Amino acid sequence: MLRLEARPEASRVWSIASPVLALALTVVIGVLLFLALGKDPVRGLQVFFWEPVKSAYALGELTVKATPLLLIALGLAVCFRSNVWNIGAEGQFVLGAIVAGGVALMADKTTGRWIVPAILLAGVAGGMLWASLTALLRDRFNANEILVSLMLVYVAEQLLFYLVFGPWKDPAGYNFPQTRTFESVAQIPRLMQGSRVSIGLLIALAGVAVLWVFLFRTRAGFAQQVGGLAPAAARYAGFSSRRALWVALLVSGGCAGLAGALEVAGPIGQLTPYVPAGYGFAAIIVAFVGRLHPVGMVFSAVLMSMFYIGGELAQSRLGLPKSLTGVFQGLLLFTLLACDTLIAYRLRWAREPVVPAKAGTQRSAPATAAKTEALDPRLRGDDGESRGTA
Amino acid sequence: MESYALLFAATLNAGTVLALAALGLLVNEKAGVVNLGAEGMMLCAALAGFVAVVHTGSDVLGFVAGAAAGAVLAAAFGWLVIWLNTNQYATGLALSLFGAGFSAFAGIRYVQEKLPERPRFSIPVLGDIPLVGPALFRQHPMVYVAIALVLFLVWFLYRSRAGLVLRSVGESPDSAHSLGYPVRRIRLAAVVAGGALCGLAGSYLAVIYTPLWVEGMVAGRGWIALALTTFATWRPARVLLGAYLFGGVTMLQFHLQGSGVEVPSQFLTMLPYLATIAVLALISRNPAWIRINMPASLGKPFHPGT
Repeated sequence: MLRLEARPEASRVWSIASPVLALALTVVIGVLLFLALGKDPVRGLQVFFWEPVKSAYALGELTVKATPLLLIALGLAVCFRSNVWNIGAEGQFVLGAIVAGGVALMADKTTGRWIVPAILLAGVAGGMLWASLTALLRDRFNANEILVSLMLVYVAEQLLFYLVFGPWKDPAGYNFPQTRTFESVAQIPRLMQGSRVSIGLLIALAGVAVLWVFLFRTRAGFAQQVGGLAPAAARYAGFSSRRALWVALLVSGGCAGLAGALEVAGPIGQLTPYVPAGYGFAAIIVAFVGRLHPVGMVFSAVLMSMFYIGGELAQSRLGLPKSLTGVFQGLLLFTLLACDTLIAYRLRWAREPVVPAKAGTQRSAPATAAKTEALDPRLRGDDGESRGTA
Repeated sequence: MESYALLFAATLNAGTVLALAALGLLVNEKAGVVNLGAEGMMLCAALAGFVAVVHTGSDVLGFVAGAAAGAVLAAAFGWLVIWLNTNQYATGLALSLFGAGFSAFAGIRYVQEKLPERPRFSIPVLGDIPLVGPALFRQHPMVYVAIALVLFLVWFLYRSRAGLVLRSVGESPDSAHSLGYPVRRIRLAAVVAGGALCGLAGSYLAVIYTPLWVEGMVAGRGWIALALTTFATWRPARVLLGAYLFGGVTMLQFHLQGSGVEVPSQFLTMLPYLATIAVLALISRNPAWIRINMPASLGKPFHPGT
């Protein structure tokens, strides 16, 4: 009989190996799925894991999709580390896109290049505004942030539909529900000719560095996370949980809104009903698979971007629905959560229940300490040097 | 007047979808497990029910297929959160994301399908009473099933031994464990039952309420059902009332659209979501009130033998 036995402390190896194993399991399930559909699994894997990286152009497209995923995930990591469950990044992304789009529509032939920073700031403001609604309701009314932020996703989408079907509709657009294409001056500058990669990539990578410093090298970043790990300790130390809530939601809302601005003034170039592409939800998976660690999320954002591109290619080359992307995304998070068990537990073949070495080991083991209010530390990848062992 | 009777009937119909799902979630929350996967379970069940009806022509088989789909997904979720102690929020979210993706993927061939015209239901004699008849006695049987389910759950949770054990597992799993109750199995049974009811709600939506299948057709009802358990402070009868209230908000939206009120349709579509936020804020305002009513171990993992 296979049994789980608590490890004396969380396994470092497994905190990195678990996402790798989860990916392997997802691939195996993917192969079975292709076989069940009567498609060639080798071809399927090629489309998902080789095509997106085989040429310079493909790598560029991979980066284009990884950028918003990474930006949103950076903000979400701050939330999840502080035990704030912002599930509505998709809505914050849409609001950022709307406000940024509004600014971009003001540009005409005579507008200067200053419009670009204005668009980006508008996106940040839009995302922050939307997230602050969730923060306000949680702070003042104790309303559950999971439900509020999610409901606001639907509201944000309807707001976008209202604008593109109504007041902002392009009069010369043959009645299609979309705004006019933004002036070229309002386009986010690209990094090089012939590729759609924009300065958004640099912003996202700068964000990785800033977040790393904030989380692991500043007192504010430490205070921000203690509430998520040990609420009682945070209260004792006088760290404000209200402040942590507002910081977490404003940062993640701002990041999501910025991603929205980069998306509409970048690859899309106008507001359409298809702005919400699920990046806000996919970024949640990016955050968990990347261990809520800034550097880890770079890798997981690229992986998730592969799933997106693979899904599009599967549609055009194998005649499979694009929604295959969502299937793999969900599977990856499922398998990851299951594999993360190995961080705190070891598998043992045992005839009989494993008796702990001494009474109370399970209670005192840091890896399995009863996690009453705190976010499961197993989901977090921390820098060892940033925090002594408690 | 006639139109109001029809509006009332439609409200009961729309409320039934929410009531079935919310009652299911209530059962697994009473046992101490939060399942954020309702939206995903309902989507997969909606598709399973629709496909079953397309191929067999039997509504009953559609409901069975939907409930089975919900139960299977809930069992996978339950195994992860109860035996592997994964984080309940993250796992439920994974289920919702997976369910949305999988149903869109598997259902692509059924998007254009139409179900045959449904027979109209009416209880003899009672259905012919003016005004009251159309409003109350010409509903699909599932509407009455939802009401019966509330009565059953009130009896089960508060008047039966098994229900007492279920609640004790949600309030204090350690005490239940020390009395010799198989806490994890009871929790799994509650989660699977909750999933089956969410599945029933999903299949009712696709087979009776809208009769069609489109990607993402559950449109947040799973999340609203989740909020309903909180609104109702975990009481079955209040869940039903809350569900009808929200069914009413949904119907109000169509009623306003039909009555020529000069509001863009998108703002009317927002109504149920905004109403959810508003009610959630009002009910949650008093933390003590929530804390008194909430199952004490809700969302907390249970480690036997510690």
